[in-house]
Amino acid sequence: MITARYIKENYVRRLPSAFCPGCGDGQILNAIIRAIDHLKIDRKDIAAVSGIGCSAWIPSPYLRVDSLHTTHGRPIAFATGLKVANPRLKVIVVSGDGDATGIGGNHLLHAARSNVGITVIMVNNGLYAMTGGQVAPTTPHEAKTTTTPYGNPAFSLDVSRVVAAAGASYVARWTTWHMNQLIRSIEKAIMKKGFSFIEVLSQCPTYEGRMLNMDHIEMLEWFRKNFREDAEGIYKIGEFVDIEKPELTEELEKMIERVRR
Amino acid sequence: MINPGEYFVEGDVAAAYGAIRAGCLFFAGYPITPASEITQAMAELLPRVGGKFLQMEDEIASISAIIGASWAGLKSMTATSGPGFSLMQENIGYAAMTETPIVIIDVQRAGPAIGQASRPAQGDVMQSRFGSHGDYETIVLSPNSVQEMFDLTVKAFNLSEIYRVPVIILSDAEVGHMMERLVVPERIEIVNRKIASNFQETMAYGENLVSAMGRFGDGLELMITGSTHRPDGTRDTGTPEVQENLVRRLVNKIEKNRSSIEEWEELYTEDAEILVISHGASSRPSKGAVIRARKEGIRAGFLRPRVLWPSPERRMIELDSRVKRVILPEMSLRGYRMELERIFHRKVDHLPKVGGVVPTVDEIFTKIRSASL
Amino acid sequence: MKAKDIVIDRNLCKGCSICVHVCPKKTLGISREVNEYGLFYPEVVDLGSCIVCRLCELYCPDFAIEVVQE
Repeated sequence: MITARYIKENYVRRLPSAFCPGCGDGQILNAIIRAIDHLKIDRKDIAAVSGIGCSAWIPSPYLRVDSLHTTHGRPIAFATGLKVANPRLKVIVVSGDGDATGIGGNHLLHAARSNVGITVIMVNNGLYAMTGGQVAPTTPHEAKTTTTPYGNPAFSLDVSRVVAAAGASYVARWTTWHMNQLIRSIEKAIMKKGFSFIEVLSQCPTYEGRMLNMDHIEMLEWFRKNFREDAEGIYKIGEFVDIEKPELTEELEKMIERVRR
Repeated sequence: MINPGEYFVEGDVAAAYGAIRAGCLFFAGYPITPASEITQAMAELLPRVGGKFLQMEDEIASISAIIGASWAGLKSMTATSGPGFSLMQENIGYAAMTETPIVIIDVQRAGPAIGQASRPAQGDVMQSRFGSHGDYETIVLSPNSVQEMFDLTVKAFNLSEIYRVPVIILSDAEVGHMMERLVVPERIEIVNRKIASNFQETMAYGENLVSAMGRFGDGLELMITGSTHRPDGTRDTGTPEVQENLVRRLVNKIEKNRSSIEEWEELYTEDAEILVISHGASSRPSKGAVIRARKEGIRAGFLRPRVLWPSPERRMIELDSRVKRVILPEMSLRGYRMELERIFHRKVDHLPKVGGVVPTVDEIFTKIRSASL
Repeated sequence: MKAKDIVIDRNLCKGCSICVHVCPKKTLGISREVNEYGLFYPEVVDLGSCIVCRLCELYCPDFAIEVVQE
């Protein structure tokens, strides 16, 4: 039985976290830990990589595995180098929507395209929270943020659909309301040979909540009521891609073997 | 692979040979003139020694990937030219902050912006040292021949492994694309980083201010961050002493060890009144002009930093008292000039050439002769 | 299944009350006291009603609550 005490003793470097009260990032940390524990993977075989943003702090400094806290937007590129250099490692990237699709969008596309065997967990709160609630590529049309005070004139990106189209082996979307589904999904993603991507809609009570005039409980309720497997667009949750296909590090190893023979 | 013996190759390829002999096992790059030949050579050579080659989506991804690979324990390199080098600056600072050994080859071309893609220049001298934000130090090497593209690439890996810093090889389109004889020696000195066997070792700084490096996957539970951090990796951006101790050590580990890093070539300096200082491709005609000046009875001398940063400051100060004029032929309007004027405390006779061509022996000799009058 | 105790770490709790919200049996309520951060932490109002589903532990973002099974 995984209890809070067991988690704290085995997987968390230190607490309390720096996350705001009611922030979903702590829940996602909880979910990642439970998935790792269910899989019974040795912690030394896991590497966590993150960029800049609130969600980048989920692995660094809280998750007790080797962690690389990198520059804004680049964790997927760092993770690709780490994975290719040591394919034995299970490399998990935790990134925000701004980090993964704004400044780092190109890396996300190419990691999915090359099907490198890393796992990206993208925490989507629909804006840039750490820097003060600015508009992100995931902010809905007409939504108010601190840099779209009159509403967002642009349109939002359905990230999971883009990553699926780019060639990922596993793509799923959940919310912080769907904790059990999320944990099982993270387990599958970590064990998936190719590139795996999980989008987690998460509540940001501080900035998103202020703009939507909702607290974190109301946001969780909103997730529960509106995000369903039979919903449309961004509200559709579930596993979108779950396939097996050749993976980059394996293909590289095969090529090296062929060349050296 | 790359057996001892003689080769006839271009500079870019020699650098790739040097990397392979130095033990490089990971390369990530993005095509760019005039450095693509390094990338192509690494793509061909690395799999043959069991190494990994990746062509990434851009230069930012390339430097990110080699930093990641370095933490997996592999000697890693990328190669680029001006535009790509500019894109890499943020993560050069990241590598300095996280003390990640990596090697970056910048085969300089004429800028700014896209400039003359296939033409040589030396306009990245200051960027190679000051390009990323904040206080940090790198080591920058300046090869002037195909042989040195090989030798200094090996040296770059060794220095990066010893000091855990990004080491930059500042070449140029002339040296990168020229074909010359390359001699790969029988014995090559190779240095490998000290891998920490426990967490304590990652915080134990030696006399040279460097600690053993942890490796991902060894179970040390490393916490690596580009944020200001304590020796154990804990992020601490609020304590002034933590920032001060960290940044001072990052700078001092190069500054205090500079006598073992500096390297230069000199000729006729014992009694020189006119000192010609030059680096990279422009040092070749510079040396020729000094030899010609000597034949004509002019007391000219020649000094060429093979390590540009840190500069051979002490040696230059020694020469300062005897030397009347300092001439700097260079393919840049700025280049190394500010550094020399800082060291010599006087105006340097700069001989800049900015057309994307190497200065000629005649041009430099004319300058020496007029300075001697 | 019955709970012997529900331990709430007042130093870790940030008073978000997600645990109170997800509890299907209304075992938990919000205290009238504040912790040292000035936040209202949860308290057990009816230990006997707890079915040890551990949803509170699963949803707690701060690892601040733990159900001890009998």
